[in-house]
Amino acid sequence: MAKKQYAFYPGCSSQKGSSASNYLTSVQSMCKVLDIELNEIPDWNCCGASIGYAEGGELPRHVMNARNLALAEKELPGQQVVATCAACWLSARETKERLEHNQTLKNDANEALKEAGLQYEGKVEVRHMVEVLIEDFGYEALKKPVVKPLEGMKFAGYVGCQTNRPFGIHGESFENPVYLDHLIEAMGGEAVPYDQKVTCCGGALAFSEPEKSQKQIKDIVESAYDHGAEFIVTPCPLCQANVEIYQGEVNKRYGTKFNMPVLYYSQLMTLAYGGSAKEAGLDGQVIRAPKLEAFAAKK
Amino acid sequence: MSDLNAQAVKQYGNNFLKEVEARVEGGEWVKMCMQCGVCSGSCPFGPYWAHPPQEIFMMIRAGKREEVLTSDSMWMCTSCYNCIVRCPRKLPITHIMHGLANYAHRLGLAPKNQPTRVFAKMFWDNIVKTGRVNELKLSLGLYFKDGIGPGIKTALAMKDIGLGMLKAKRLNPLELVKGHGCKDVKGIHAMLKKAQEIEAKRKGFAA
Repeated sequence: MAKKQYAFYPGCSSQKGSSASNYLTSVQSMCKVLDIELNEIPDWNCCGASIGYAEGGELPRHVMNARNLALAEKELPGQQVVATCAACWLSARETKERLEHNQTLKNDANEALKEAGLQYEGKVEVRHMVEVLIEDFGYEALKKPVVKPLEGMKFAGYVGCQTNRPFGIHGESFENPVYLDHLIEAMGGEAVPYDQKVTCCGGALAFSEPEKSQKQIKDIVESAYDHGAEFIVTPCPLCQANVEIYQGEVNKRYGTKFNMPVLYYSQLMTLAYGGSAKEAGLDGQVIRAPKLEAFAAKK
Repeated sequence: MSDLNAQAVKQYGNNFLKEVEARVEGGEWVKMCMQCGVCSGSCPFGPYWAHPPQEIFMMIRAGKREEVLTSDSMWMCTSCYNCIVRCPRKLPITHIMHGLANYAHRLGLAPKNQPTRVFAKMFWDNIVKTGRVNELKLSLGLYFKDGIGPGIKTALAMKDIGLGMLKAKRLNPLELVKGHGCKDVKGIHAMLKKAQEIEAKRKGFAA
């Protein structure tokens, strides 16, 4: 299969020393196997995330996203923008749609972009890495490079909110999306059915409303345990961080004994493709996954 | 009363719906709500809203300006988009709530120490500075928002999380001095300044 090229929007959390740096490590390993070339959008900026609205307002937020899209159009012409972060993808895509449907807003955005020497035409497509995997490859093609199926391991596919709503992955239902389960199964793992697959982890409010958010996190992890999962898997950096790092706080608050590793789909894929623990970014787990580390070490 | 607020009251009198339609993101949709309550039932933080979304919509239509804009309800939105995908009338409820929160914040009417309001402002200021998030400064800023004393207490309570992240190399102490950032910060600042000017003009905040 020919090499596939994309304009890559890694997002703030994927940077070195940031909260999802191990996501990027595993995405790079996964892409190497699949012969995907990710060309980073030069000088990309923050998307404003889900909390930028309050101080940022409407146009400034769209302009931040339009800048990234304009940079991609200019520097990486003909390549679709691919984001790995759910919030980056959502924000960029929302801006694309709004500007597409509102010529005044688009003109306004371009007037502001001129100040940064840029212009947004609206040609570039915005996609999430999961869409690239499912739509440009497909489960069968993703299965091909599997050399070490994750046999006998049980995963709770935690889709969460922002890759699922409001846009979602084409053909999936908002209430019970199955793409993540299919990805897990394609890697030879078992996707356990459980009832908190699309529950919100609290998002940015995990910082400002910890008590309310930790109730959400408790429901998610508890349900994963109740349905026999050993690991949680997610496509979203904020879901990953919230559901992983606050388990200790949840334990203090609720007297639970949670200690469930929370991984990215790209980590699973790297492992199934024969990657090492380091290539899969397993050293980036706050709750370590010794079973997977042992699996990675096995020839 | 802030100047902006006084000007809004003068311009719209007691036609709050008209004010929302003109100045709030997605505001033109408010009159479409049919009061079914699916949004309220779908919200993960539903129990904590003093006035759930469908109530907010009715309050806007009833002209309850003060009650709506000073409410901390909209600040309960986690941006999960459940309400949007379930609304039978397809109202962009999440965006309307964001829009209302932004408008109330802008007029200076939003509850002063509402934690999400504080955090949201901190977040935007943080990203605008260099073009990218500085996660360490953001967390520390939030811990120390009420001063040194409570800050140290919070930081200590959260130290296990911080150490865990540090050990996993997902937190870098050097971010305090030299963080990630964009090269064209100047261009970003000029672009945002222009965007704010245009938005103020479009929404009637400026003369």
